[in-house]
Amino acid sequence: MPGSPSEPYDLVVIGAGPAGLAGAATAARLGLSVAVLDAAAQVGGQYFRHPAPGLGAARPQAVHHNWAAFTGLRRRFAASGATYLAGHHVWTVTREDEAAWSVHALAGEDGGTGTGGGTRTDGSRAATGSGTGGGGTAAGRGGHEDGRAVGADRDRGGSDADADREGRTGSDADGECEGSTGAGTDGEREGRTGAGTDGEREGRTGAGIAGFRERPVRLRCRAVLLATGASERQLPFPGWTLPGVVGAGGAQAMLKSGLVLPGRRIVVAGSGPLLLAVASSLAAAGARVPAVAEASGYLGYARRPRALAANPRKLLEAAVHGTALLRHRIPLHTRSAVTRVHGTDRVEAVTLSRLDRDWRPVSGTGRRIACDALAVGHGLAPQTELATGLGCATRRTPDGTHALVLDGLQETSVPGLWAAGETGGTGGWELARVEGELAGIAVAARLRARPALTRGRRVRDLAGRRDRMRAFAHAMAAAHAPGPGWTAWLDDDTDVCRCEEVTAGSIREAVTALGARDSRTVKLFTRAGMGWCQGRMCGAAVACLAASGTARGTVPDAAERRPLAVPVPLGSLAAGPEEPGDG
Amino acid sequence: MARTPADLVRAEPGPPFEITFDGRTVTALPGQSVAAALWAAGILAWRTTRHGGRPRGAFCGIGQCYDCLATVNGEPNRRACLVPARPGDAITTQEGHGHAGLAV
Repeated sequence: MPGSPSEPYDLVVIGAGPAGLAGAATAARLGLSVAVLDAAAQVGGQYFRHPAPGLGAARPQAVHHNWAAFTGLRRRFAASGATYLAGHHVWTVTREDEAAWSVHALAGEDGGTGTGGGTRTDGSRAATGSGTGGGGTAAGRGGHEDGRAVGADRDRGGSDADADREGRTGSDADGECEGSTGAGTDGEREGRTGAGTDGEREGRTGAGIAGFRERPVRLRCRAVLLATGASERQLPFPGWTLPGVVGAGGAQAMLKSGLVLPGRRIVVAGSGPLLLAVASSLAAAGARVPAVAEASGYLGYARRPRALAANPRKLLEAAVHGTALLRHRIPLHTRSAVTRVHGTDRVEAVTLSRLDRDWRPVSGTGRRIACDALAVGHGLAPQTELATGLGCATRRTPDGTHALVLDGLQETSVPGLWAAGETGGTGGWELARVEGELAGIAVAARLRARPALTRGRRVRDLAGRRDRMRAFAHAMAAAHAPGPGWTAWLDDDTDVCRCEEVTAGSIREAVTALGARDSRTVKLFTRAGMGWCQGRMCGAAVACLAASGTARGTVPDAAERRPLAVPVPLGSLAAGPEEPGDG
Repeated sequence: MARTPADLVRAEPGPPFEITFDGRTVTALPGQSVAAALWAAGILAWRTTRHGGRPRGAFCGIGQCYDCLATVNGEPNRRACLVPARPGDAITTQEGHGHAGLAV
């Protein structure tokens, strides 16, 4: 275990969703020193996003079907002794040498919404503060090149660490959450009380280097677990940039974290299982949902009966959402899409059209539905920027996204770099949790030279569950794969790139007149994908449009590579991470 | 059936406080982001685009699309869906790149 700041962590986990939490807790329990970095203010990731403590939600489980599983995981993580750094946006991972990695992050106020839980705007608050309580245990751990954080940790190091070690001994052995309840609850209570407010004020006034809010931080480690999850895939259509059109996942996130809705009458459209969950939670929260439009049919699932039969819980989930739709009298239209949004400065109505098998609108089927918001999304795309930047191999999923290639124990094609959850292909929180645990065991086996760890019954059991759920994920992706006809939704003046306001017309011109055949060339001609979001919103669409001019049709070839995973202020780069002993 | 999201999760938030949006008073709850507070007041747009001058607001809701950029207390390009609302915050519509009128 590292005793000085310059000594690296054994494992740095990027992402505090189900995969990251399970991986970190498992690895820490097996004796590794572990740090978890996450961009948000509270653990949980996207799926288990929940209201900030200041909102005083007595029943956060009302918007989560599996809340108990999350609180169990959170307790286990809190008791594991892993360091938790909230509000840390990781922008790159670099290889130091054969046995060491550097994880570079920006710690900043924008990482945290909400009071209380949202306090961890700098490492020291994060490592010692609320929420998961686990942070306190990692006091004085090494590898964290951030003067303030390390200093603060040291100040309160000894006692916290000791206290936790005592409290933890009982629960450690069985590896599950039993016995650790106390620590978790305390952590939460602490998060809910005043501690937070101070932290935020401090974050606000004391932020940044040379006036920059975002402070560079570097963690060194011997292994990395990428648990960065997925982001929503968007396909453009006329009017999708109007205020009131929001991502389906975005509407869900704003509801779960801020308890707000984008409107009163919200149409839900796109493709994928998320739509049903979004529609039922929006309706439960008081919105009218006049229609859910799913561009695929559900027959796609029936083509893989074995994957269905092996995952009865997934069927149950679908049944729960289906029942919710019935209860709220929400009509579900399959093979349909919103092909136009009406309104001048905000959404007033949408046109719903029937689609053929290729997702091409059937002419004459459009009908107008009045609404004041539209929640839209076309499945989830794995967030693999950090991995592809390091040369990790990817594979194309049946729905056209790119996921990391992983071995049986979750290691990427680059040794020392593991991944779990959606980075290996969208499959849901339960798969993510199983893969996280597998990865945690695998990393411990490697770093501690204990290969026997990977040959136990637990690993066989986890691997079996993973394979079963992966099979379902495969069937799901195939059932919701976008049809090539979706590009018929676009007018020439539809903005495809939201940031740079690049229209479908100019992208088509780049393809047909100028010979662009891939996103990169389209970007150089048109600036599509060159804006703030770095192609996250338009990437899938631009790749399809670029490939539509080629013999390959509308299927893009490879995952895009970008050197920086989040925008980084030049000043932060120039300043460099604070070195140990500073401050 | 719940009528509001707060009903749904039986929220008992801390005391509400005021922020302003283009001079208009907006009530926010502790724990809400700037974007959430604006949505709660029925405000969906707080930026205009650089080229077309078109209105935009929160889209992805998780800090990835940068469509929700706002000027917060004079500072442009803040992601409203991530920045926590604080008492007295002055949110203003960000026009274009947000640097007009700033001494930078």
